[in-house]
Amino acid sequence: MTIFLTSFLIRGSMQRRLVIQLSLIALLLSLVLFLIVRGVADRAAADTQDNILAASATSIADALYAEGGQVRLELPYSALSMLGTISEDRVFYRVVVDGETLTGYGDLPVNAAPNAAKQAEFSTFEYRGEPVRAVAVTRGVGSQSQRVLVRVVVAQTRLGLAQISSRITLWAVAIGIAFFFVATGLSLWAAHNALAPLNRVASAVTRRGPNDLRPVQAETPAELAPLVGALNSFIARLRTSLTRSEDFIAEAAHRVRTPLATVRTQAEVIHRGLHKSKNKTALREMIRAIDESSRSAGQLLDHAMVNFRADQFQAVNIDLRALAAETVDRLSPTAELKDIVITTDDQGGDFAFSGDPILLQNALRNILDNAIKYSPADSDITVSLFHQDGFHVISFADQGRGFEGVNLDNHLARFKRGSNVEDIVGSGLGLTIVDEVARAHSGRVSIKTNKGAGACVSLYLPLA
Amino acid sequence: MRFTLFAIGLSLLGSNFGGITASYAFEIEDQRLYQVTNPEQTLRVISTADIAAFAPLIQGFQVSYPRISVDYTVASSAEVMAAIYDEGARYDLVISSAMDLQTKLANDGFTQKYVSGETARLPNWAKWQDQLFAFTQEPAALVISDRAFEGLEIPANREQLIELLRANSNVFDGRIGTYDVRSSGLGYLFATQDSRNTDSFWRLTEVMGRLNTQLYCCSGAMIDDVYRGRLALAYNVLGSYAENRLAREKGITIVPMQDYVTVMMRTALVPKNAENPQIAARMIDFLLAPSTQAILAQTTGLPPIFTTTPEAEKALRPIRLGPGLLVFLDRLKRQAFIRNWENSIQQK
Repeated sequence: MTIFLTSFLIRGSMQRRLVIQLSLIALLLSLVLFLIVRGVADRAAADTQDNILAASATSIADALYAEGGQVRLELPYSALSMLGTISEDRVFYRVVVDGETLTGYGDLPVNAAPNAAKQAEFSTFEYRGEPVRAVAVTRGVGSQSQRVLVRVVVAQTRLGLAQISSRITLWAVAIGIAFFFVATGLSLWAAHNALAPLNRVASAVTRRGPNDLRPVQAETPAELAPLVGALNSFIARLRTSLTRSEDFIAEAAHRVRTPLATVRTQAEVIHRGLHKSKNKTALREMIRAIDESSRSAGQLLDHAMVNFRADQFQAVNIDLRALAAETVDRLSPTAELKDIVITTDDQGGDFAFSGDPILLQNALRNILDNAIKYSPADSDITVSLFHQDGFHVISFADQGRGFEGVNLDNHLARFKRGSNVEDIVGSGLGLTIVDEVARAHSGRVSIKTNKGAGACVSLYLPLA
Repeated sequence: MRFTLFAIGLSLLGSNFGGITASYAFEIEDQRLYQVTNPEQTLRVISTADIAAFAPLIQGFQVSYPRISVDYTVASSAEVMAAIYDEGARYDLVISSAMDLQTKLANDGFTQKYVSGETARLPNWAKWQDQLFAFTQEPAALVISDRAFEGLEIPANREQLIELLRANSNVFDGRIGTYDVRSSGLGYLFATQDSRNTDSFWRLTEVMGRLNTQLYCCSGAMIDDVYRGRLALAYNVLGSYAENRLAREKGITIVPMQDYVTVMMRTALVPKNAENPQIAARMIDFLLAPSTQAILAQTTGLPPIFTTTPEAEKALRPIRLGPGLLVFLDRLKRQAFIRNWENSIQQK
């Protein structure tokens, strides 16, 4: 049981742990409160009875007088009636002179040693089948020579006290329970409040995008500052590390590309000089491999550039229509090599946009480049410009092989290529670059396989 | 002293008269067994109320409980006390007008507790410790003879009564009646309460003593003598008895005292040694039941505890149940009071 409870406390949520601990404290305090209330009230009730008993005994003692050497007593009416005012308890009394009962209940016990110095002596004992509270008062009666000590004992049962006590106990229980519930409610609220900053930080971290590596700046209490500080320093280290590896890749790509160009030129020259078709084929293979490497290096550079610019995003006003036309113009020669005709379907409207022209150009070029690459010779590519649902849309539809039987999301991931493209040079970075550019502009990329043949890649950029 | 009850002519000697008293020293005045045909149990009652007053209640009780015989014994309050307190006589129910003695029985542990719906309805001043239950409240009254008071002003309070007695000693000499507090428990209770309530009590007693006041054991006898003209007035008579007689016969007046009226409550209790406490409890419930209380005054002449008396009669001063009543039962206190009283009434 204890083990279970302990493990529950340790493994459970912080809030639950806090609430359980606070509740246990509240329970303990309720118990203490109950005991205190009952103890104090019981004491007060008992004191009240003692006081009345003492008053009664004193008034009897005051009524003692000596007459002809005899102790006499006129029992005052109030001496006993006052005991009946607060409860219906039974009352007994006894007056003893020199060990002889003057009046009252002869069998009522009287303490042996009379002590005139003491005001009143209280005791509790059993009498006639019931516990009674008794008080004894000693008084000297008579002139100097015939002075005798008279002892007055007044006793009362404790039924009224028991009733008061049970009533008080009920109240104390009610107070204790009420206190427990109030305290538990407050501790629930307090636990929730105390943990709110933690939830705030957690949700601030959860909400951010996958590339958001800015430091966390949610308002945090002093207790959470070390945690947030540690988190931020971790983020900073992560960012440095990422930047370093990107830089490294870009540097490497750059260093590789230039010598590759030289190698390719030399290979071309050699290729032209060769006559054996077997050697020619081998060299063509080599050129093709060099092309692939060169292209990959280029795209890695592009990607690094896109990342850098997206981080340092600076928007200028540009015209998407002009940008699209420029891209088509630039890639038309490549298309013509494969007898591909690029047509533009402009549905009119305003294509003014605020963004980074270099990034957008890069994205458009990548889409069109892809389209040309995967299109068969002697086919059409249609570039459409239109508006839809609050977006500028620039769409490239080709008649190529499309994106067959693969998860479309995969195409947007780095170095992931479709399953049907083994024969074509590609790095798998093209659509990733497009996607990152779209995100940097709060837009998105849509990839669809056309019903007939070919694919349609669309860039969605938000209006204003 | 017993002659009163016999004089009222209600003494019906029960079949087993004397059988009970054989083993006890206390004196009884009257006894009657209310036998039913197939008795299952017998309720043994000892009471200060005479049979004539109480018989309708017993008969009513036996209508509700036809298998219970009731053995009803009448004794003076002092003898009732002696029977229960000193001799341990076994009765199921004790009914007495001596509130102080009843309180002493309860206080000293001779009674048992009983709680029911009927007892719960009783106001707090009409019960004590759930052991004493009041079922009547009977004022002490001044009863005067109409004939004797012809041409005299009727006193409205005790001061006026003292004036009247002083001024007309020729009319009242030897013609005043009151309880002999030495022999009557109820008389002692009324006198002690008077001594608490007013300072004029002792002056009144002295005046009455000088006028050769006659001392009686019982209210009935005093009322009889007022009717007969032997008494001009009787002080501290049970008002309920007087009203009963007045209902049958004119000739007396019950004077409402305006300074205060002492009210005695007749109480019932179940002794600890009762053989059939559960039947006694049924009798208590019967006495307190609304149906019984509603007709109590008509059938028995005893005013019910649940009264509809308007609050206007503020002068009513009910004797409070509680330990205060024990004070005048104190040996020394009683000695002193009796001595004072004897000195005042000048009857030794």
